[in-house]
Amino acid sequence: MPVIEVDHLRKRYGDTLAVSDVSFTVEPGEIFGILGPNGAGKTTTVECVSGLRTPDSGAIRVLDRDPGDPALRQLVGVQLQESGLPDKLTVREALELWSAFYPRPAGWRQLAADLGLSGKLGERYARLSGGQKQRLSIALALVGNPRIAILDELTTGLDPQARRDTWDLIAGVRDRGVTIVLVTHFMAEAERLCDRLAVIDSGAVVALDTPAGLVARVVAEQRLRFRPSVPVADELLTGLDGVREVRRHGPQVEVVGDGNVLQSVTATLAAHEIIAHDLRVEQATLDDAFVRLTGAGRAAEEA
Amino acid sequence: MSVLLKLTRSELRLYLREPMLVFWSLLFPSVLVVILGCVPAFRRPEPGIGGQRVIDLYVAIAIVMTLAMLAFQVAPAVLATYRERGILRRLATTPAPPAVLLGAQLVTSMLTAIVSIGLVLLVGRLAFDVPLPREPAGFLLAFLLTAAAAFAIGLLVAALAPSGKAANAIGSVLFFPTMFFAGLWTPREAFPEVLRRISDLTPLGAGERAVAEAMSGSWPSWASLTVLVAYVVVFGFAAARFFRWE
Repeated sequence: MPVIEVDHLRKRYGDTLAVSDVSFTVEPGEIFGILGPNGAGKTTTVECVSGLRTPDSGAIRVLDRDPGDPALRQLVGVQLQESGLPDKLTVREALELWSAFYPRPAGWRQLAADLGLSGKLGERYARLSGGQKQRLSIALALVGNPRIAILDELTTGLDPQARRDTWDLIAGVRDRGVTIVLVTHFMAEAERLCDRLAVIDSGAVVALDTPAGLVARVVAEQRLRFRPSVPVADELLTGLDGVREVRRHGPQVEVVGDGNVLQSVTATLAAHEIIAHDLRVEQATLDDAFVRLTGAGRAAEEA
Repeated sequence: MSVLLKLTRSELRLYLREPMLVFWSLLFPSVLVVILGCVPAFRRPEPGIGGQRVIDLYVAIAIVMTLAMLAFQVAPAVLATYRERGILRRLATTPAPPAVLLGAQLVTSMLTAIVSIGLVLLVGRLAFDVPLPREPAGFLLAFLLTAAAAFAIGLLVAALAPSGKAANAIGSVLFFPTMFFAGLWTPREAFPEVLRRISDLTPLGAGERAVAEAMSGSWPSWASLTVLVAYVVVFGFAAARFFRWE
């Protein structure tokens, strides 16, 4: 049974339709990503799921309860963008205070150690760097031992090493059985961590799939580059199955086509006893998929 | 309950880390009493104000001023800053209801007020022979009602101010006229009749009147208590109605 169900969520602020139609379900134990460009409605969606905002229409169930149910505050840990702490509160005081809010808190010392905050326990919030504030924020979301953790822009402001450490931490949290909802606009993060992704654009879900499935869904364009051992005529390649275009860059030949292009080109070359030197294959990435999916959303809206 | 306790401890700790706030709300009222008490003329009975000494009046005024500073200047700025910075929002995602933070802030203010006012009474008594409240129950009632009225107004400021800075500014703008009517610059006893009538209807004017009456041994007048209750009810409802967590 899903732990989160969102059904045709719609939310408007004044004249702005922040979310027009968002539906998805999150299964227990998975890392579910919500991916989308800035202003797509990601944050509004998780704020509705967190019970901070009331949807205009649509239904949300979290652990089979209404998102506003006070009982959920113990079961769902939330890390939000742009929510601070008092300037003069220290890291230790914040962790101790937050631990006191929950009936069965996680050990905050271990959590601080996992997030690289052990050396900063006596530091005041205002003196923390952006990355340290972010890590404290993650620690506060996890300190209550939640069953679901909702993390909005988890690694924004972290340096690459801290980002990787945080990914490891999140993967570790999931391994303890916590379901994670991750809002992000980092492809690498989504690809690395998420089991499934909802791509949101202009307030609506435009795709819902595994990261690999999303990549495959975009007509997987492949590019092949190689230096043939003997000159090849364009005609030899253009007629092949899956080939769309053949370009030349000096001695290099570039073949653009769909998913079958690699097999057909290599088979033909082999049949003609031509060796492809320096063969490189460039495949579509989640990045390409994302641009394609969200671009398509915009084009449809303008039409 | 333990959450309220822990949050209150945290709020107290944060308050003690603000030296300016501590000086103005905890020490300044006593400092004011000491400064005024050093003026020889203020230690002589004045026929113009019913035979009382000026310093006797100023102990009551300093007590009301303590509440005004905490309620108009400290609490709204803290709460509006918490909202502006998303601290209330973050708290709303935890099992601690945001209202507990409000409670912790009020308890912190009240504890500060009690210590500060205790200090004022002590300094007045020891240094200048100002008698302790002769009607203790009436004094307690006057103190609580004046505090309630002032904090109801302060919470409405916190509810309506868009930012911590704005709350601070509105609080200061409120402080001066209300404290004028409480007699900070000229004691109410020296007011012309019309001004005193107006003062009786202001929150801190009514508060000072009730506190001063209890200090001098009579039960606070029903007129001043009624005015205070009216402020509590009207501003309390408005604050509850307009308070936003984000």
